[in-house]
Amino acid sequence: MTPQNANVFVGKLGDILEKAIDKPLGYAINWGRIWSLWPVHIETACCSVEFGAASSPRYDVERFGIIEAFGSLRQCDLIVVQGTITRKMAPRLRLVYDQMPEPKYVIAMGACAITGGLYFDSYNVLPGIDGVLPVDVYVPGCPPRPETLIQGCMLLQEKIKRMKARKYV
Amino acid sequence: MNKELPPGLALQKVDERIMTLNVGPQHPGSGHMRIIVQIDGDFIVACDPDPGYVHRGEEKMAEYRNYITNIPHLERPVIHDSCNVLYPYVLGVEELLGIEVPERAKYIRVIASELNRCVYTMYWLAIYGIFLGHSTMFMWPAGDRELLIDLLEKMTGARVTHAHFVPGGVRNDLPPNFEDVCLRQVNYFEKRIKEYAAVFYDNPILIARTANTGVLSREDAIRLGTTGSVLRASGVDYDLRKKEPYDVYDELDFQTNVLKEGDSYARSKIPWLDMMESCRIIRHALQKMPKSGSVRVKLKPNPKGKGLDSVYKRVESGRGSLGCYIVSDGKPEPYRVKLSVGSFRNLIALPYLLKGEKLGNMPSVYWSLNYWPVEADR
Amino acid sequence: MSSDSDNEQIETVSDAEPVSAKVTPEKEIELPKFEKGLADRIVEKFGTRIKVAFVKPDRVRINVGKDDVKEVAGFLRDVLNFDHAESVSGVDYPQDKEIEVVYHLGSYTDPSLSRQILVLATRAQREENPIPGNDATKLPSLREIFYSVEFHEREIFEMFGVYFQGHPDNRRLLLPEDWADLPPLRKDFAIKGR
Repeated sequence: MTPQNANVFVGKLGDILEKAIDKPLGYAINWGRIWSLWPVHIETACCSVEFGAASSPRYDVERFGIIEAFGSLRQCDLIVVQGTITRKMAPRLRLVYDQMPEPKYVIAMGACAITGGLYFDSYNVLPGIDGVLPVDVYVPGCPPRPETLIQGCMLLQEKIKRMKARKYV
Repeated sequence: MNKELPPGLALQKVDERIMTLNVGPQHPGSGHMRIIVQIDGDFIVACDPDPGYVHRGEEKMAEYRNYITNIPHLERPVIHDSCNVLYPYVLGVEELLGIEVPERAKYIRVIASELNRCVYTMYWLAIYGIFLGHSTMFMWPAGDRELLIDLLEKMTGARVTHAHFVPGGVRNDLPPNFEDVCLRQVNYFEKRIKEYAAVFYDNPILIARTANTGVLSREDAIRLGTTGSVLRASGVDYDLRKKEPYDVYDELDFQTNVLKEGDSYARSKIPWLDMMESCRIIRHALQKMPKSGSVRVKLKPNPKGKGLDSVYKRVESGRGSLGCYIVSDGKPEPYRVKLSVGSFRNLIALPYLLKGEKLGNMPSVYWSLNYWPVEADR
Repeated sequence: MSSDSDNEQIETVSDAEPVSAKVTPEKEIELPKFEKGLADRIVEKFGTRIKVAFVKPDRVRINVGKDDVKEVAGFLRDVLNFDHAESVSGVDYPQDKEIEVVYHLGSYTDPSLSRQILVLATRAQREENPIPGNDATKLPSLREIFYSVEFHEREIFEMFGVYFQGHPDNRRLLLPEDWADLPPLRKDFAIKGR
C-alpha cells in the first residue's frame, strides 16, 4: 500500500466513523456545546454597553450557559458582533473569525450589524455583516435590551441542538 | 538592503531590543481601538494610538438630516451618556433659533443629565474593574447602575438611547410620583457608592497598581489640552458646570473635585467623587424644581437657522468638555456639525503617559483616561 | 445634481447677506464689554490684517489670512493667555473655492478667560480635484504654538485634504488605510443615495 492510498483509506475510515458516531453521540456532543458558549471579547461599536449589561447581576447571561466575554479567541466558539462594522473593522473581524476553532457561531447584535441601521447611508459603514461572516442569529434593536440578547442566545442554543454534530467532529 | 523595493515593503532595520506590539482591536485591554506599543523588555518606549475602528461619519450624515432628525442620530456616539452628548447640540440649535426654554424643562434636563453621568461613570468603573482583574468591581457597578437606568426608563421610555432633549425643552414631562422614587433611589445609590471605597478605592492592591503610574503633570495637562477628570486629577480646577454654567447649574449647590497627584489613581477617583456631587445636584434640583408648568416650547415644523450663522456650545459630560460647533446657512439642514469630544481630546495624552511605563500598567493607564472609543471616532 | 446644489448655495448666500446686514446695527448696541475689549486688543496689535467677524457673549471670532495665522496664534497664547485648542473644525465652502479651518481656543490658566472661547478662522485654497498633501490646499500648522491641535489637524488632513505644513505627523487617523476616495467631509463627496 502506497502512502497516498493509505491517506485515502484513513480519510474514508474517518467519514464512516463520523457517520456512525453522529446518530448516537451527536445529541450528547451538541448538548455539551450548548451550555458552554464562550463569546470572544471583541467590541465593535456601542452595543457593547448592552452586552456588558447582559453580564451584569441583574440579567446574568451566565445562568443560560453564555459565559462572559473572554480574551483568548483560541478558546472561543461564539462571536457576538456588537453593532456597527466599519470598513476599517471588517477585515479585522474576519481575521478574528478565521482564527477561532470550529465549531463557531455568529450572533449579529443590533440594527447596525444586521442592515447598517441608522448608518445605512454612511460612507464608512458596511450595510450589515452578511458579506463578512455567516450569521446564525439576528438580534434586532438599537441597541437591543439585554433580555433580547439573552433570547437571541437561547435561540442559538435551540439551533445548535438541531445542528449535525458530525461536521465538526 | 535592496534599494529598489518601494519604501513600504523595504525591510527596515530595527533595533533588536525593541519589539513592536499591536494591542487590539481584539484584546481585553484595548476596547474598540488599537494601541501600537514598542517595548524594550517590559518597558514601553513608544506608543501610537490608532483609533477609527468605529468611525461612522456622524458629522457627514448630520449635513443630510434636518435639525430635528439629527437628535437620535447625534446621541449614538455615547449611548449610555446620551443626554449629555446631545446637550450641546440642543443648546446650539436653541441659540440659532432664538428659543427660550421653560424653567421646569431646564431642571428636568439637569436631572436627566446628572443621572446619565452616573450611569456612564458606573459603566466606566465596571470596565475599569475588569481591566484590573477586579471582578467585584465589575459586578457591583454594573448592578447598581440598573437602578438609575430604571429611573431614566421611567422618565424617557428607553434604557440607554433616550433622545429626550429637544430644542425647546424636553420631550415629555416627568411621570407621576417621579420625584419620590427618584429621591429614594438616589439616596440608596449614594449609600451604595460610598461602600466602593472599602472594596476598591481603599484597597491596597488597587493603590499599588495605580498610584504613581502614568503621572501627568499640571503643565502637561494644560499644554495637551486634556479635559474632564484627567484635567481635574492633575490639579486644574476647571469644570464647565461651574465655569460656564448652562441651564440652571448656577443656581444649584455643588462643588468640583480636584486632586493634585495626576496619576492613574487620582484619575480613577475623580469620576467616583463626581458621582456623589451628582447625587447632591439631583436632590437639590428636585427640591428647587417648579412643581408644574410647561416643559416644551412648540417649534414650527422643520426649523431653519437665520442665514449664515455659527454657534459653539459646550457642556461638561462624563468625559469632560463636550463642544458642538454648528454652522447653519438658512436651510433646514445644518451646513456643518462638529462634535469636539472629551475622549478625542484626552487621547493625545496616551503616548505621553505610557512612555516609560511597564506594559502591565497599560490597561489601567489607558482606561483611567476616561476614554470611550466610539465617541472619539464619532 | 451638483449644479443644482451649487445654485442653492449661491442663493442662500445672497439670502444671508441682507439678514446679517439687518442684524449688525442691533448688535453694536449690546456688545458685551469684556469680549469687546478682547477684540480691541487684537485689532490694536494687528490692525487690518485680521477681521473681527463677530463679538457675542463669551465668543469672539477672528478671521485671519493664512500667512498671519501663526503670528496671531502666538500673540493669543503669549499675550492673551489662551493656552489650548478645544476643537479644530474644517468647513468646506465650494462656492468660495476655499476650505475654512476653525480653531476654538480656550484658557485653563487665566480665570477671567474661563468662559471665553476665541474662534480663530483661516482659509485655505480649495482644489477641484484634490490630491491630499500634494496640491495647493495647505496651511501652516499651529502645533508648535498649541500642542493640543496635533490629532485634530491629522483629522482635518484626512477629512478635508488640508495639508498642514510643519506638522510632524501627517498620517491618517480615523479613515481606513485603503481609503482612495475624496476626503469625505468635502461637500462634493456625496454619500450613498443622497
